[in-house]
Amino acid sequence: MNPTYLNLSNTDLALAAALILINAALSLLLKLGLTQRLLWASVRTVVQLLLVGHILSWVFHFDRWYIVLGLMALMTVIAGLAASRRGGRTYRGMRVDGMLSIWLSSWLVTVAALFVIIRIRPWYEPQYAIPILGMILGNTLTGVSLGLERMTEELIARREQVDLLLSLGATRWEAARLPAIQAIRAGMIPTLNAMSVVGVVSLPGMMTGQVLAGQSPLQAVRYQIVIMFLIAAASALGTTLAVLACYWRLFSPEHRFRAERLLERTAGQA
Amino acid sequence: MPHTPRIPSAAARRRLIDAENLERRAPAGGQHLLHPVSLQLYEGDRVAVTGPTGAGKSVLLRLLALLDAPHGGEIRWCGEPVGHQDILRYRRSVAYLKQRAVMLDGNVADNLHAPFALKIYSDLHYSQQTVLDLLAAAGRDAAFLTKKTSELSGGEAQITALIRVLQLAPTVLLLDEPTASLDPASAAVVEAMVEQWFAAQAGRALAWVSHDPAQAARIANRTLQLQAGRVQQTDTLPHTLANDVQGVRP
Repeated sequence: MNPTYLNLSNTDLALAAALILINAALSLLLKLGLTQRLLWASVRTVVQLLLVGHILSWVFHFDRWYIVLGLMALMTVIAGLAASRRGGRTYRGMRVDGMLSIWLSSWLVTVAALFVIIRIRPWYEPQYAIPILGMILGNTLTGVSLGLERMTEELIARREQVDLLLSLGATRWEAARLPAIQAIRAGMIPTLNAMSVVGVVSLPGMMTGQVLAGQSPLQAVRYQIVIMFLIAAASALGTTLAVLACYWRLFSPEHRFRAERLLERTAGQA
Repeated sequence: MPHTPRIPSAAARRRLIDAENLERRAPAGGQHLLHPVSLQLYEGDRVAVTGPTGAGKSVLLRLLALLDAPHGGEIRWCGEPVGHQDILRYRRSVAYLKQRAVMLDGNVADNLHAPFALKIYSDLHYSQQTVLDLLAAAGRDAAFLTKKTSELSGGEAQITALIRVLQLAPTVLLLDEPTASLDPASAAVVEAMVEQWFAAQAGRALAWVSHDPAQAARIANRTLQLQAGRVQQTDTLPHTLANDVQGVRP
Protein backbone atom coordinates (compact mmCIF):
# COMPACT_ATOMS: atom_id res chain seq x y z
CA MET A 1 0.00 0.00 0.00
CA ASN A 2 1.15 3.48 -0.81
CA PRO A 3 2.51 5.26 2.29
CA THR A 4 0.35 8.35 1.73
CA TYR A 5 -2.84 6.30 1.68
CA LEU A 6 -5.01 6.68 4.79
CA ASN A 7 -7.54 4.06 5.75
CA LEU A 8 -10.94 5.37 6.85
CA SER A 9 -12.30 4.21 10.18
CA ASN A 10 -15.95 3.92 11.17
CA THR A 11 -15.57 7.17 13.09
CA ASP A 12 -14.49 8.90 9.88
CA LEU A 13 -17.59 7.53 8.16
CA ALA A 14 -19.82 8.71 10.98
CA LEU A 15 -18.32 12.20 10.79
CA ALA A 16 -18.98 12.34 7.04
CA ALA A 17 -22.50 11.03 7.51
CA ALA A 18 -23.12 13.80 10.04
CA LEU A 19 -22.87 16.25 7.13
CA ILE A 20 -26.32 15.05 6.11
CA LEU A 21 -27.51 17.18 9.03
CA ILE A 22 -26.87 20.19 6.79
CA ASN A 23 -29.36 18.79 4.30
CA ALA A 24 -31.78 17.93 7.07
CA ALA A 25 -31.54 21.41 8.55
CA LEU A 26 -32.17 22.99 5.16
CA SER A 27 -35.12 20.72 4.57
CA LEU A 28 -36.67 21.61 7.90
CA LEU A 29 -35.90 25.30 7.61
CA LEU A 30 -37.26 25.70 4.08
CA LYS A 31 -40.02 23.11 4.59
CA LEU A 32 -38.78 21.10 1.64
CA GLY A 33 -40.50 18.00 2.98
CA LEU A 34 -37.46 15.92 2.16
CA THR A 35 -36.35 14.94 5.64
CA GLN A 36 -37.65 11.39 5.45
CA ARG A 37 -36.29 10.79 1.98
CA LEU A 38 -32.93 12.22 3.02
CA LEU A 39 -32.74 9.83 5.88
CA TRP A 40 -33.71 6.89 3.72
CA ALA A 41 -31.26 7.87 0.98
CA SER A 42 -28.45 8.16 3.51
CA VAL A 43 -29.20 4.77 4.98
CA ARG A 44 -29.27 3.26 1.49
CA THR A 45 -25.96 4.84 0.56
CA VAL A 46 -24.24 3.43 3.60
CA VAL A 47 -25.83 -0.02 3.49
CA GLN A 48 -25.52 -0.55 -0.28
CA LEU A 49 -21.92 0.54 -0.45
CA LEU A 50 -20.81 -1.41 2.62
CA LEU A 51 -22.53 -4.46 1.17
CA VAL A 52 -20.86 -4.02 -2.21
CA GLY A 53 -17.55 -3.53 -0.45
CA HIS A 54 -17.96 -6.84 1.29
CA ILE A 55 -19.05 -8.65 -1.86
CA LEU A 56 -16.16 -7.21 -3.84
CA SER A 57 -13.62 -8.01 -1.18
CA TRP A 58 -14.94 -11.58 -1.11
CA VAL A 59 -14.77 -11.82 -4.90
CA PHE A 60 -11.26 -10.38 -4.95
CA HIS A 61 -10.21 -12.82 -2.29
CA PHE A 62 -11.79 -15.80 -4.03
CA ASP A 63 -10.33 -14.83 -7.41
CA ARG A 64 -12.08 -17.51 -9.50
CA TRP A 65 -13.17 -16.81 -13.10
CA TYR A 66 -16.68 -18.14 -12.57
CA ILE A 67 -17.28 -15.94 -9.56
CA VAL A 68 -16.09 -12.86 -11.44
CA LEU A 69 -18.16 -13.81 -14.47
CA GLY A 70 -21.23 -14.38 -12.29
CA LEU A 71 -20.90 -10.99 -10.67
CA MET A 72 -20.40 -9.36 -14.06
CA ALA A 73 -23.51 -11.07 -15.37
CA LEU A 74 -25.52 -9.91 -12.36
CA MET A 75 -24.36 -6.32 -12.84
CA THR A 76 -25.33 -6.51 -16.52
CA VAL A 77 -28.78 -7.90 -15.79
CA ILE A 78 -29.47 -5.13 -13.28
CA ALA A 79 -28.36 -2.49 -15.79
CA GLY A 80 -30.35 -4.17 -18.55
CA LEU A 81 -33.54 -4.16 -16.51
CA ALA A 82 -33.09 -0.49 -15.65
CA ALA A 83 -32.59 0.44 -19.31
CA SER A 84 -36.23 0.11 -20.34
CA ARG A 85 -37.71 1.95 -17.36
CA ARG A 86 -37.56 5.45 -18.79
CA GLY A 87 -40.19 7.26 -20.77
CA GLY A 88 -43.96 7.27 -20.91
CA ARG A 89 -44.27 4.62 -23.60
CA THR A 90 -43.39 0.99 -23.70
CA TYR A 91 -43.80 -1.89 -26.09
CA ARG A 92 -43.65 -5.64 -25.89
CA GLY A 93 -40.04 -6.69 -25.99
CA MET A 94 -38.63 -3.39 -24.78
CA ARG A 95 -37.04 -5.10 -21.81
CA VAL A 96 -35.40 -7.70 -24.04
CA ASP A 97 -34.16 -5.00 -26.40
CA GLY A 98 -32.66 -2.97 -23.55
CA MET A 99 -31.08 -6.06 -21.99
CA LEU A 100 -29.57 -7.42 -25.20
CA SER A 101 -28.20 -4.13 -26.44
CA ILE A 102 -26.58 -3.38 -23.08
CA TRP A 103 -25.23 -6.87 -22.76
CA LEU A 104 -23.77 -7.07 -26.26
CA SER A 105 -22.22 -3.61 -26.36
CA SER A 106 -20.78 -3.50 -22.84
CA TRP A 107 -19.33 -6.99 -22.94
CA LEU A 108 -17.86 -6.53 -26.40
CA VAL A 109 -16.08 -3.36 -25.32
CA THR A 110 -15.04 -4.85 -21.96
CA VAL A 111 -13.53 -7.84 -23.74
CA ALA A 112 -11.66 -5.48 -26.04
CA ALA A 113 -10.39 -3.56 -23.00
CA LEU A 114 -9.27 -6.60 -21.02
CA PHE A 115 -7.77 -8.62 -23.85
CA VAL A 116 -6.50 -6.05 -26.33
CA ILE A 117 -5.97 -2.69 -24.63
CA ILE A 118 -4.96 -3.33 -21.02
CA ARG A 119 -4.03 -7.01 -21.61
CA ILE A 120 -4.50 -8.32 -18.10
CA ARG A 121 -3.40 -11.82 -17.11
CA PRO A 122 -5.56 -13.55 -16.11
CA TRP A 123 -8.33 -11.73 -17.93
CA TYR A 124 -10.75 -12.10 -15.03
CA GLU A 125 -8.49 -10.23 -12.61
CA PRO A 126 -11.40 -8.72 -10.62
CA GLN A 127 -9.45 -5.57 -9.75
CA TYR A 128 -9.74 -4.61 -13.44
CA ALA A 129 -12.64 -6.55 -14.92
CA ILE A 130 -15.31 -5.45 -12.45
CA PRO A 131 -14.71 -1.72 -12.21
CA ILE A 132 -14.20 -1.41 -15.96
CA LEU A 133 -17.41 -3.25 -16.76
CA GLY A 134 -19.18 -1.23 -14.07
CA MET A 135 -18.16 2.10 -15.55
CA ILE A 136 -19.07 0.97 -19.06
CA LEU A 137 -22.43 -0.37 -17.87
CA GLY A 138 -23.35 2.83 -16.07
CA ASN A 139 -22.82 4.96 -19.15
CA THR A 140 -24.25 2.50 -21.65
CA LEU A 141 -27.34 2.28 -19.47
CA THR A 142 -27.77 6.05 -19.75
CA GLY A 143 -27.34 5.96 -23.52
CA VAL A 144 -29.63 3.01 -24.12
CA SER A 145 -32.42 4.28 -21.90
CA LEU A 146 -32.24 7.79 -23.38
CA GLY A 147 -32.22 6.30 -26.88
CA LEU A 148 -35.23 4.07 -26.25
CA GLU A 149 -37.12 6.86 -24.56
CA ARG A 150 -36.44 9.29 -27.39
CA MET A 151 -37.26 6.75 -30.11
CA THR A 152 -40.68 5.94 -28.67
CA GLU A 153 -41.40 9.61 -28.02
CA GLU A 154 -40.37 10.68 -31.52
CA LEU A 155 -42.42 7.93 -33.10
CA ILE A 156 -45.50 9.03 -31.21
CA ALA A 157 -44.90 12.71 -31.90
CA ARG A 158 -44.12 12.08 -35.57
CA ARG A 159 -46.59 9.29 -36.03
CA GLU A 160 -48.50 11.18 -38.73
CA GLN A 161 -45.36 12.05 -40.67
CA VAL A 162 -44.17 8.46 -40.48
CA ASP A 163 -47.50 7.27 -41.85
CA LEU A 164 -47.43 9.95 -44.54
CA LEU A 165 -44.01 8.85 -45.76
CA LEU A 166 -45.11 5.23 -45.80
CA SER A 167 -48.26 6.12 -47.74
CA LEU A 168 -46.08 7.89 -50.32
CA GLY A 169 -44.11 4.68 -50.80
CA ALA A 170 -41.23 5.13 -48.37
CA THR A 171 -39.49 2.02 -47.11
CA ARG A 172 -39.86 1.42 -43.41
CA TRP A 173 -36.33 2.68 -42.87
CA GLU A 174 -36.96 5.83 -44.90
CA ALA A 175 -40.01 6.47 -42.73
CA ALA A 176 -38.25 5.74 -39.42
CA ARG A 177 -34.90 7.31 -40.25
CA LEU A 178 -35.50 10.74 -38.72
CA PRO A 179 -36.83 9.50 -35.36
CA ALA A 180 -34.10 6.85 -35.21
CA ILE A 181 -31.34 9.37 -35.86
CA GLN A 182 -32.75 11.73 -33.23
CA ALA A 183 -32.88 8.87 -30.76
CA ILE A 184 -29.32 7.70 -31.41
CA ARG A 185 -28.07 11.27 -31.12
CA ALA A 186 -29.94 11.71 -27.84
CA GLY A 187 -28.29 8.58 -26.47
CA MET A 188 -24.79 9.59 -27.51
CA ILE A 189 -24.82 13.24 -26.48
CA PRO A 190 -24.26 12.74 -22.71
CA THR A 191 -21.04 10.85 -23.47
CA LEU A 192 -19.93 13.48 -25.97
CA ASN A 193 -20.62 16.21 -23.42
CA ALA A 194 -18.71 14.33 -20.75
CA MET A 195 -15.77 13.84 -23.12
CA SER A 196 -15.53 17.51 -23.97
CA VAL A 197 -15.58 18.83 -20.40
CA VAL A 198 -13.64 16.05 -18.70
CA GLY A 199 -10.75 17.38 -16.67
CA VAL A 200 -11.87 20.98 -17.15
CA VAL A 201 -15.27 21.11 -15.53
CA SER A 202 -15.25 17.72 -13.85
CA LEU A 203 -12.64 15.40 -12.49
CA PRO A 204 -13.91 11.89 -13.07
CA GLY A 205 -14.42 9.74 -10.02
CA MET A 206 -12.14 7.00 -11.21
CA MET A 207 -9.24 9.33 -11.82
CA THR A 208 -9.80 11.08 -8.51
CA GLY A 209 -9.86 7.71 -6.82
CA GLN A 210 -6.56 6.68 -8.34
CA VAL A 211 -4.97 9.93 -7.29
CA LEU A 212 -6.35 9.58 -3.75
CA ALA A 213 -4.94 6.07 -3.63
CA GLY A 214 -1.51 7.51 -4.36
CA GLN A 215 -1.25 6.81 -8.08
CA SER A 216 0.62 9.37 -10.14
CA PRO A 217 -1.78 11.80 -11.85
CA LEU A 218 -0.05 11.11 -15.16
CA GLN A 219 -0.95 7.43 -14.95
CA ALA A 220 -4.42 8.23 -13.63
CA VAL A 221 -5.26 10.40 -16.64
CA ARG A 222 -4.02 7.69 -18.99
CA TYR A 223 -6.49 5.27 -17.44
CA GLN A 224 -9.16 7.88 -17.63
CA ILE A 225 -8.52 8.43 -21.34
CA VAL A 226 -8.86 4.71 -22.00
CA ILE A 227 -12.07 4.59 -19.98
CA MET A 228 -13.59 7.56 -21.80
CA PHE A 229 -13.10 5.87 -25.14
CA LEU A 230 -14.42 2.57 -23.85
CA ILE A 231 -17.50 4.36 -22.56
CA ALA A 232 -17.97 6.28 -25.81
CA ALA A 233 -17.76 3.13 -27.91
CA ALA A 234 -20.02 1.05 -25.69
CA SER A 235 -22.72 3.66 -25.30
CA ALA A 236 -22.76 4.45 -29.02
CA LEU A 237 -23.00 0.77 -29.86
CA GLY A 238 -25.60 0.05 -27.18
CA THR A 239 -27.77 3.04 -28.12
CA THR A 240 -27.70 2.14 -31.82
CA LEU A 241 -28.53 -1.51 -31.14
CA ALA A 242 -31.42 -0.56 -28.87
CA VAL A 243 -32.88 1.95 -31.32
CA LEU A 244 -32.59 -0.51 -34.20
CA ALA A 245 -34.20 -3.25 -32.14
CA CYS A 246 -37.07 -0.89 -31.33
CA TYR A 247 -37.35 -0.06 -35.05
CA TRP A 248 -37.52 -3.71 -36.03
CA ARG A 249 -40.27 -4.37 -33.55
CA LEU A 250 -42.41 -1.38 -34.47
CA PHE A 251 -42.07 -1.54 -38.26
CA SER A 252 -43.23 -4.64 -40.09
CA PRO A 253 -41.52 -6.08 -43.18
CA GLU A 254 -44.60 -4.90 -45.09
CA HIS A 255 -43.45 -1.33 -44.36
CA ARG A 256 -46.16 -0.68 -41.83
CA PHE A 257 -45.77 1.30 -38.65
CA ARG A 258 -47.31 -0.77 -35.87
CA ALA A 259 -48.15 2.20 -33.68
CA GLU A 260 -50.63 0.12 -31.73
CA ARG A 261 -47.68 -1.70 -30.17
CA LEU A 262 -46.58 1.46 -28.41
CA LEU A 263 -48.47 1.40 -25.15
CA GLU A 264 -48.88 4.03 -22.50
CA ARG A 265 -46.86 2.93 -19.52
CA THR A 266 -49.09 2.15 -16.58
CA ALA A 267 -48.08 2.88 -13.02
CA GLY A 268 -47.51 -0.79 -12.27
CA GLN A 269 -44.90 -1.17 -14.99
CA ALA A 270 -42.91 1.88 -13.98
CA MET B 1 -46.14 0.95 -61.63
CA PRO B 2 -46.10 2.27 -65.19
CA HIS B 3 -49.55 2.62 -66.46
CA THR B 4 -50.50 2.22 -70.09
CA PRO B 5 -53.33 4.57 -70.97
CA ARG B 6 -56.32 3.01 -72.56
CA ILE B 7 -59.84 4.02 -73.27
CA PRO B 8 -62.10 2.50 -70.69
CA SER B 9 -64.96 0.74 -72.31
CA ALA B 10 -67.50 -0.71 -69.96
CA ALA B 11 -66.61 -4.27 -70.96
CA ALA B 12 -62.82 -4.10 -71.05
CA ARG B 13 -62.12 -1.95 -68.02
CA ARG B 14 -59.24 -3.21 -66.01
CA ARG B 15 -59.77 -4.09 -62.40
CA LEU B 16 -57.27 -1.98 -60.45
CA ILE B 17 -57.90 -2.82 -56.82
CA ASP B 18 -59.61 -5.99 -55.86
CA ALA B 19 -60.24 -6.19 -52.14
CA GLU B 20 -61.78 -9.38 -50.92
CA ASN B 21 -63.29 -9.85 -47.47
CA LEU B 22 -61.10 -7.25 -45.82
CA GLU B 23 -61.62 -7.15 -42.10
CA ARG B 24 -60.00 -5.33 -39.25
CA ARG B 25 -60.34 -5.62 -35.50
CA ALA B 26 -59.40 -3.27 -32.72
CA PRO B 27 -55.80 -3.91 -31.61
CA ALA B 28 -56.65 -4.57 -27.97
CA GLY B 29 -60.14 -5.97 -27.58
CA GLY B 30 -60.49 -7.79 -30.87
CA GLN B 31 -63.83 -6.10 -31.54
CA HIS B 32 -64.55 -5.66 -35.25
CA LEU B 33 -63.82 -2.23 -36.70
CA LEU B 34 -64.66 -3.55 -40.12
CA HIS B 35 -66.55 -6.73 -40.89
CA PRO B 36 -65.46 -8.50 -44.07
CA VAL B 37 -65.87 -6.03 -46.94
CA SER B 38 -65.26 -6.67 -50.61
CA LEU B 39 -64.66 -3.87 -53.05
CA GLN B 40 -63.58 -3.78 -56.65
CA LEU B 41 -62.18 -0.59 -58.05
CA TYR B 42 -62.12 -0.52 -61.83
CA GLU B 43 -60.48 1.96 -64.14
CA GLY B 44 -62.70 4.99 -64.37
CA ASP B 45 -64.42 4.19 -61.08
CA ARG B 46 -65.41 6.98 -58.72
CA VAL B 47 -66.61 5.45 -55.50
CA ALA B 48 -68.07 7.49 -52.67
CA VAL B 49 -67.64 5.79 -49.31
CA THR B 50 -70.36 7.08 -47.02
CA GLY B 51 -71.75 6.30 -43.60
CA PRO B 52 -71.91 7.74 -40.09
CA THR B 53 -68.90 8.43 -37.90
CA GLY B 54 -67.31 5.20 -36.69
CA ALA B 55 -68.77 3.16 -39.54
CA GLY B 56 -65.31 2.01 -40.60
CA LYS B 57 -64.76 4.31 -43.59
CA SER B 58 -61.29 5.41 -42.55
CA VAL B 59 -60.45 1.88 -41.45
CA LEU B 60 -61.31 0.65 -44.94
CA LEU B 61 -59.27 3.36 -46.63
CA ARG B 62 -56.21 2.71 -44.47
CA LEU B 63 -56.49 -0.99 -45.33
CA LEU B 64 -56.72 -0.14 -49.03
CA ALA B 65 -53.61 2.04 -48.66
CA LEU B 66 -51.90 -0.96 -47.02
CA LEU B 67 -51.13 1.19 -43.98
CA ASP B 68 -52.78 -1.23 -41.59
CA ALA B 69 -52.63 -4.99 -41.77
CA PRO B 70 -56.01 -6.62 -42.37
CA HIS B 71 -57.01 -9.36 -39.95
CA GLY B 72 -58.55 -11.21 -42.84
CA GLY B 73 -58.97 -10.94 -46.58
CA GLU B 74 -56.70 -9.99 -49.42
CA ILE B 75 -55.92 -7.08 -51.72
CA ARG B 76 -54.93 -7.64 -55.34
CA TRP B 77 -53.57 -5.05 -57.72
CA CYS B 78 -54.49 -5.54 -61.38
CA GLY B 79 -55.36 -9.13 -60.57
CA GLU B 80 -52.06 -9.94 -58.87
CA PRO B 81 -51.64 -10.45 -55.12
CA VAL B 82 -49.59 -7.66 -53.56
CA GLY B 83 -46.50 -9.38 -52.17
CA HIS B 84 -43.85 -7.91 -49.85
CA GLN B 85 -41.75 -6.57 -52.68
CA ASP B 86 -44.76 -5.02 -54.44
CA ILE B 87 -46.00 -2.97 -51.50
CA LEU B 88 -43.97 0.15 -52.20
CA ARG B 89 -44.92 0.16 -55.89
CA TYR B 90 -48.56 -0.33 -54.91
CA ARG B 91 -48.37 2.66 -52.58
CA ARG B 92 -46.82 4.69 -55.38
CA SER B 93 -49.77 3.84 -57.64
CA VAL B 94 -52.37 4.30 -54.93
CA ALA B 95 -52.10 7.69 -53.23
CA TYR B 96 -53.80 8.31 -49.90
CA LEU B 97 -54.95 11.63 -48.49
CA LYS B 98 -56.17 12.25 -44.96
CA GLN B 99 -58.74 14.66 -43.66
CA ARG B 100 -56.09 16.72 -41.96
CA ALA B 101 -53.11 17.20 -44.23
CA VAL B 102 -49.86 16.05 -42.69
CA MET B 103 -46.98 18.42 -43.33
CA LEU B 104 -43.30 17.59 -43.08
CA ASP B 105 -40.92 20.15 -41.55
CA GLY B 106 -39.93 23.15 -43.65
CA ASN B 107 -41.84 25.06 -46.28
CA VAL B 108 -44.20 24.10 -49.09
CA ALA B 109 -41.35 23.46 -51.52
CA ASP B 110 -39.66 21.12 -49.03
CA ASN B 111 -42.88 19.16 -48.82
CA LEU B 112 -43.21 18.93 -52.57
CA HIS B 113 -39.58 17.83 -52.94
CA ALA B 114 -39.82 15.21 -50.18
CA PRO B 115 -41.18 12.29 -52.23
CA PHE B 116 -38.29 12.49 -54.66
CA ALA B 117 -35.86 11.64 -51.88
CA LEU B 118 -37.54 8.23 -51.57
CA LYS B 119 -36.07 5.21 -53.32
CA ILE B 120 -39.33 4.31 -55.03
CA TYR B 121 -39.28 7.58 -57.03
CA SER B 122 -35.62 7.40 -58.02
CA ASP B 123 -36.69 7.35 -61.69
CA LEU B 124 -38.55 10.66 -61.31
CA HIS B 125 -37.28 14.19 -60.86
CA TYR B 126 -38.99 17.14 -59.29
CA SER B 127 -40.55 19.22 -62.04
CA GLN B 128 -41.02 22.88 -61.31
CA GLN B 129 -43.36 23.17 -64.30
CA THR B 130 -45.65 20.40 -63.12
CA VAL B 131 -45.82 22.02 -59.70
CA LEU B 132 -46.48 25.49 -61.12
CA ASP B 133 -49.28 24.08 -63.28
CA LEU B 134 -50.83 22.41 -60.25
CA LEU B 135 -50.41 25.57 -58.21
CA ALA B 136 -52.11 27.57 -60.96
CA ALA B 137 -55.02 25.15 -60.87
CA ALA B 138 -55.23 25.89 -57.15
CA GLY B 139 -55.13 29.64 -57.79
CA ARG B 140 -51.66 30.00 -56.26
CA ASP B 141 -48.33 31.11 -57.68
CA ALA B 142 -44.65 30.39 -57.05
CA ALA B 143 -44.64 32.60 -53.95
CA PHE B 144 -46.72 29.92 -52.23
CA LEU B 145 -43.73 27.56 -52.40
CA THR B 146 -41.73 29.53 -49.85
CA LYS B 147 -44.50 29.57 -47.25
CA LYS B 148 -43.63 27.85 -44.01
CA THR B 149 -45.89 24.89 -43.36
CA SER B 150 -46.54 26.17 -39.85
CA GLU B 151 -48.16 29.25 -41.39
CA LEU B 152 -50.50 27.38 -43.73
CA SER B 153 -54.23 27.34 -43.18
CA GLY B 154 -56.00 23.98 -43.18
CA GLY B 155 -57.07 24.55 -46.76
CA GLU B 156 -53.58 25.56 -47.91
CA ALA B 157 -52.08 22.52 -46.20
CA GLN B 158 -54.58 20.23 -47.90
CA ILE B 159 -53.82 21.82 -51.29
CA THR B 160 -50.10 21.29 -50.62
CA ALA B 161 -50.73 17.67 -49.68
CA LEU B 162 -52.78 17.17 -52.82
CA ILE B 163 -50.12 18.68 -55.08
CA ARG B 164 -47.55 16.52 -53.29
CA VAL B 165 -49.29 13.39 -54.52
CA LEU B 166 -50.71 14.65 -57.82
CA GLN B 167 -47.25 15.62 -59.15
CA LEU B 168 -46.42 11.91 -58.88
CA ALA B 169 -49.33 11.00 -61.18
CA PRO B 170 -50.85 8.16 -59.17
CA THR B 171 -53.38 5.81 -60.77
CA VAL B 172 -55.72 5.68 -57.79
CA LEU B 173 -56.58 8.29 -55.19
CA LEU B 174 -57.91 7.29 -51.79
CA LEU B 175 -59.35 10.39 -50.16
CA ASP B 176 -60.46 10.30 -46.54
CA GLU B 177 -62.80 13.29 -46.15
CA PRO B 178 -60.18 15.64 -47.60
CA THR B 179 -62.52 18.63 -47.58
CA ALA B 180 -64.43 17.95 -44.36
CA SER B 181 -62.56 20.54 -42.31
CA LEU B 182 -61.93 23.07 -45.09
CA ASP B 183 -63.54 26.38 -45.94
CA PRO B 184 -65.86 26.18 -48.98
CA ALA B 185 -63.37 27.90 -51.30
CA SER B 186 -60.53 25.47 -50.49
CA ALA B 187 -62.95 22.54 -50.70
CA ALA B 188 -63.95 23.63 -54.20
CA VAL B 189 -60.28 23.89 -55.22
CA VAL B 190 -59.56 20.39 -53.90
CA GLU B 191 -62.56 18.94 -55.73
CA ALA B 192 -61.60 20.70 -58.96
CA MET B 193 -57.99 19.50 -58.76
CA VAL B 194 -59.05 15.91 -58.19
CA GLU B 195 -61.45 16.26 -61.11
CA GLN B 196 -58.62 17.54 -63.28
CA TRP B 197 -56.31 14.69 -62.27
CA PHE B 198 -59.06 12.19 -63.02
CA ALA B 199 -59.77 13.62 -66.45
CA ALA B 200 -56.11 14.00 -67.41
CA GLN B 201 -55.63 10.33 -68.14
CA ALA B 202 -57.99 7.48 -68.82
CA GLY B 203 -57.85 4.53 -66.50
CA ARG B 204 -57.66 6.38 -63.20
CA ALA B 205 -59.94 5.69 -60.28
CA LEU B 206 -60.77 7.15 -56.91
CA ALA B 207 -62.46 6.32 -53.65
CA TRP B 208 -63.65 9.34 -51.68
CA VAL B 209 -64.92 9.17 -48.12
CA SER B 210 -67.54 11.82 -47.61
CA HIS B 211 -70.38 12.48 -45.21
CA ASP B 212 -71.86 15.12 -47.49
CA PRO B 213 -74.49 13.53 -49.81
CA ALA B 214 -74.27 16.41 -52.29
CA GLN B 215 -70.51 16.01 -52.53
CA ALA B 216 -70.83 12.23 -52.87
CA ALA B 217 -73.22 12.74 -55.75
CA ARG B 218 -70.89 15.28 -57.37
CA ILE B 219 -67.72 13.25 -57.24
CA ALA B 220 -68.86 9.64 -57.48
CA ASN B 221 -70.60 7.35 -59.87
CA ARG B 222 -71.27 4.77 -57.23
CA THR B 223 -71.56 4.61 -53.48
CA LEU B 224 -70.39 2.20 -50.83
CA GLN B 225 -72.34 2.81 -47.69
CA LEU B 226 -70.93 1.55 -44.43
CA GLN B 227 -72.63 1.26 -41.08
CA ALA B 228 -71.09 -0.12 -37.91
CA GLY B 229 -68.31 -1.79 -39.84
CA ARG B 230 -70.58 -3.47 -42.39
CA VAL B 231 -71.50 -2.65 -45.95
CA GLN B 232 -75.01 -1.30 -45.86
CA GLN B 233 -75.54 -1.01 -49.57
CA THR B 234 -73.71 -0.42 -52.81
CA ASP B 235 -75.39 1.86 -55.29
CA THR B 236 -74.57 2.83 -58.78
CA LEU B 237 -75.60 6.41 -59.09
CA PRO B 238 -77.09 7.06 -62.51
CA HIS B 239 -74.59 9.34 -64.19
CA THR B 240 -77.32 11.65 -65.37
CA LEU B 241 -78.60 12.09 -61.85
CA ALA B 242 -75.12 12.88 -60.59
CA ASN B 243 -74.77 15.45 -63.34
CA ASP B 244 -78.15 16.94 -62.51
CA VAL B 245 -77.19 17.34 -58.89
CA GLN B 246 -73.99 19.01 -59.98
CA GLY B 247 -76.02 21.24 -62.31
CA VAL B 248 -78.27 22.65 -59.63
CA ARG B 249 -75.44 23.49 -57.28
CA PRO B 250 -74.88 27.23 -57.08
